[in-house]
Amino acid sequence: MGILEVKGINKRFGGLQALGDVNLSIAENTVHAIIGPNGAGKSTLLNVLVGKLIPDSGSVLFEGTSVLGRKPHEINQMGISRVFQTPEIFADLSVMENVMIPCFAKRDGAYAFNAIGGVTKHTDIREQAEAILDDVNMLDKREMIASSMSRGDKRRLEMAMCLVQEPRLLLLDEPTAGMARADTNNTIDLLKEIKEKRDITMAIIEHDMHVVFSMAERITVLAQGTPLVEDTPDNIKGHPKVREAYLGEAQV
Amino acid sequence: MLGLNSRDTKLLLLVIALVIFAPFLLNPFPTASNLGESFNAGYPALMQRFVIFGLLVIGFNLLFGLTGYLSFGHAAFLGVGSFAAVWMFKLLGYNVLPALVMSTIIAGIFSVMIGYVALRRSGIYFSILTLAFAQMMYSIAYSDLIGKFVGTPITNGETGLQVYASDPQVLQGANAPVLPHLFGLEMNSQTTLAMGGWEFTFQVGYYFAAFFLVLGFYLSIRIFRSPMGLMLRAIKSNQTRMSYTGLNSKPYMLAAFVISGMYAGLAGGLMAAMDPLTGAERMFWTASGEIVVMAILGGAGTLIGPVLGAGMIKYLENIVSKIQKDFLELWFAFLPDWLEAAVVNIIYPFVGKGWHLTLGVMFMLVIIYLPGGMVEGGQRITARFKRKKKTDAPDGAKTPAE
Repeated sequence: MGILEVKGINKRFGGLQALGDVNLSIAENTVHAIIGPNGAGKSTLLNVLVGKLIPDSGSVLFEGTSVLGRKPHEINQMGISRVFQTPEIFADLSVMENVMIPCFAKRDGAYAFNAIGGVTKHTDIREQAEAILDDVNMLDKREMIASSMSRGDKRRLEMAMCLVQEPRLLLLDEPTAGMARADTNNTIDLLKEIKEKRDITMAIIEHDMHVVFSMAERITVLAQGTPLVEDTPDNIKGHPKVREAYLGEAQV
Repeated sequence: MLGLNSRDTKLLLLVIALVIFAPFLLNPFPTASNLGESFNAGYPALMQRFVIFGLLVIGFNLLFGLTGYLSFGHAAFLGVGSFAAVWMFKLLGYNVLPALVMSTIIAGIFSVMIGYVALRRSGIYFSILTLAFAQMMYSIAYSDLIGKFVGTPITNGETGLQVYASDPQVLQGANAPVLPHLFGLEMNSQTTLAMGGWEFTFQVGYYFAAFFLVLGFYLSIRIFRSPMGLMLRAIKSNQTRMSYTGLNSKPYMLAAFVISGMYAGLAGGLMAAMDPLTGAERMFWTASGEIVVMAILGGAGTLIGPVLGAGMIKYLENIVSKIQKDFLELWFAFLPDWLEAAVVNIIYPFVGKGWHLTLGVMFMLVIIYLPGGMVEGGQRITARFKRKKKTDAPDGAKTPAE
């Protein structure tokens, strides 16, 4: 039994079958990649997992509890964090504040009215935030306004914001989209480092085969809303059906 | 001091000093002089308005400045506060304390109800919803709809609500003043200090209202610097990330809306305490618009901005609108006649009844060149001043670190 069990998910947008009978099991402490050509339903699947979309039928169990019908913030409180295709950070706030907000969310729950004591008085939060910034090598940038940073740093910051909550499952939506190869490699190293230090399950949705094959332990290939095959990277590379559906032209 | 860092403490002390010495600062010219008659703003009725609107806009800024949600119906809470206060005068007596407590509570209740509905939408839809509610409340108050149902006037329609001798006033003592007072201390009692050509007036009502301004300002600093303030700024910055960080923005928004509504209610109560009558026109949408303009002009999202904006607009409204054509002719009498006539004709549309034109031009200039309001203007000036100082310093001289 995996940490996340997706069973028989169907989702239609008008006449388009975006997801058709998707079954997926993500095992604990693995890096599980979901790949597929454009329009295969990867993003739809991810949106179902985080509560943004409600499927027409099927079930999604996270550690045995259904996530369907819950709001994004409730699902996050259950232990699922999400990294977006374009980094979603608090652009107007400083790096430190960006990281402190998830610390507060982790400690105080979905809302708490701490209107009188200053932010800086919460030393436990500050220490946590500093520790995670140290982890991702951003401690020297703590006073910077988040919007003024490079894209790679924004990505790093977003990861730090997710990780500081110690999620059980980290969902990554094309974490290297639009990055240069050097940045991509940095991100891969960062993710690997994260994985080594923590008991964390990662689900990666990715276009870039380089990323997928250098990290994933299991790969699910989606095509036209249905899982084509699920296997280890080595087997996927040679799989004739996958080559035909997706890797036909790509050089691996 | 008081749980604030040194910068915020300085700011608080600055505001305290400003309100305490306002009668001096706002009377720079001798009372009997031409300039004094035109530009002196240090008379109690106007100073009261400065601090009451300052308080109102501080509260509005807690919502708009922190979360970015533009409420276009804040005057409704001000009106509700005023009506609640006058009703307390009518029912209990002229002591202002129960009136202020009640106006804050009633405005809080109204803002819970309106906020609960309006906060289901964001952006322009939120603004329109608050505007619609405020106009609805204005219409109900103006036509005294509730009064017609219950049989006694509640808002008293066009006439406005005031206290009559026949009102119950159950707690009104036999010897108590028949004007708003704080345990016998009348709001409109005042002393005048004459120094040379100057006259400085110190009024109880002004200092009473100023106390609430300082209190409101202090609370707003605490909220700005608190974790809740951080969450409210997070809402403004990125609601998507907020919800994917496990935070529910709704309760935060509602809390900000209610706190802001209660500030407005308190301001409304203070208005009634200064002058114990009120009417529906206080809730009209132009009044709400004025609050928005004050916040933006001063600098939304800054601590001191709202106070500056409120002061600036009330000053224009009361001082620039008083300037008449003969004043202008007097000031420019030193010019040759043809030039004087030209200058007066150019300036005249912007003063007197046309003061809105001055306000409009100022507002446009601020929006275009200083999106951060007057506070940003001040910051730029200090920055330029500091830079100049640095370049002026001789080579090798080290500027001491601040």
